[in-house]
Amino acid sequence: MGISGAAFIAGAYEHPLRVIPDKSVAQVHAEVAAGALADAGLSFSDVDGYFCAGDAPGMGGIGMADYMGLKLKHTDSTETGGSSYLVHVGHAMEAIHAGKIKVALVTLAGLPRQASANLQMGVTDTPEGGFENVFGPTIHGMYALAAKRHMHEYGTTSEQLAWIRVAASTHAQYNPNAMFQNVVTVEDVINSPMVSDPLHRLDCCVISDGGGAVVIVSPDVAKGLERHSIKVLGHGEAPKHSDNGKIDLTYTGAAWSGPAAFDEAKLTPKDIQYASIYDSFTITVLEQIEDLGFCEKGKGGEFVADGGLISPTGRLPFNTDGGGLTNNHPVNRGGMTKILEAVRQLRGEAHPAVQVPNCELALAHGTGGSIGTRMGSATLVLGRD
Amino acid sequence: MTEATAPVMPAPAPIVNPENKPFWDATVEGRLVLPKCQNCGSINWYPRVFCPECGKFGVDWIDAAGTGTIYTFAITRRGMGAYGKAGPYVLAYVELDEGPRIMTNIVDCDVDSINIGDKVRVVFHDTGSGSALPRFTPVS
Ligand SMILES: [Zn+2]
Repeated sequence: MGISGAAFIAGAYEHPLRVIPDKSVAQVHAEVAAGALADAGLSFSDVDGYFCAGDAPGMGGIGMADYMGLKLKHTDSTETGGSSYLVHVGHAMEAIHAGKIKVALVTLAGLPRQASANLQMGVTDTPEGGFENVFGPTIHGMYALAAKRHMHEYGTTSEQLAWIRVAASTHAQYNPNAMFQNVVTVEDVINSPMVSDPLHRLDCCVISDGGGAVVIVSPDVAKGLERHSIKVLGHGEAPKHSDNGKIDLTYTGAAWSGPAAFDEAKLTPKDIQYASIYDSFTITVLEQIEDLGFCEKGKGGEFVADGGLISPTGRLPFNTDGGGLTNNHPVNRGGMTKILEAVRQLRGEAHPAVQVPNCELALAHGTGGSIGTRMGSATLVLGRD
Repeated sequence: MTEATAPVMPAPAPIVNPENKPFWDATVEGRLVLPKCQNCGSINWYPRVFCPECGKFGVDWIDAAGTGTIYTFAITRRGMGAYGKAGPYVLAYVELDEGPRIMTNIVDCDVDSINIGDKVRVVFHDTGSGSALPRFTPVS
């Protein structure tokens, strides 16, 4: 079963700025929406479905629908943190397949650099909050918990994790919009200050203002557009939580969302030529690469080492825009930019230095929340039609 | 380099609600209690009156041994919020002898000398607001 190919990504747009001192959050949402619609050759009046997550101001999608003047038949404000936007693409495909809508708009935007970014988890009366927040779980601390356990069980090293940053920075030198365009070495990463042992500063992603948007359309609409649309071949999503005190920090929800997406696409990891892998931290990439089936569980360290992720020569070309580690991680939510670079690769529009030759099949994967406690996870398999 | 954990760790108060009040009330008395399902006997975490194993409501609050082992840990060099001035501190999951892996801190230790698998026992840090935080210290 499944609805492989029932929808196409017709428009994609990434905000060019990483620091935006002079705009409102709603304005940036509307700017990226306008960018993605223009890319598709469509306009605001064509949109009949709108998808957004917790970064959108207002109640669900209604506030931004008001701002942008959208006349809608369908809204979806599913919130799974940074993975939300990949979930939205899957849900948009479902709504399109069901005949509810023809043109879906998905936006992400925010300005975390314009307020003092507080990475401490908020103390709210969630059922688990009192048993976690009081112990000072910073975001980097929670990912460090996973890194430490992965190292303990599988012998993964800081040097292997550093290779992930090296690959990302190697790609970022070709992206004029990237926040950090300097190529770093394994030594640079290892010698950067410890943030939460065993994670160093260069194991962590950037914090950027900005955003991005995609436009998802029905096959009929795609046929009428001049722009090259990208086929959504498979979608999988899966929350992973603390499992009643049996939490296991050596794997992520990708272990479930990945196989679901591959099943729908009737493809396997071996078919994938390019992968956008969520990279809030280097350890996030390592665990997800294993969970998605690109290598055996526990062998991620060897897989990523020695340029394993560097495009186009590595074992698995990844995050050729520089990813969240070096290019852009708008509003601490890296899912949208994962879709955008996969679309560029499939259109043959990545930078020539990092373009995968004849890229026909790509994967985009997102995580949300924290791999140290509970997380969203979503995988898309995409193809050039 | 040897760094002890902050001599006085911050002890921010949790939000106590009617469902988890028996847990926090016990901490003030220096007891670590766990919810045991009255239907299936599962010992659950985090504390709640619902059992996610069998889907029934109703638990007995049993006394835990207060001992366990370190499942994983991270040395956070600079915290945020209440932990902004804590200095290096250890965030951890401890696997209790009763089974559950719980988030906590490892305290009263040399942060550079602890290891996964180390045996630890519970200590309580009073928040001053009707609760005490269950933290753990290495058993020598
Ligand atoms: Zn039960």
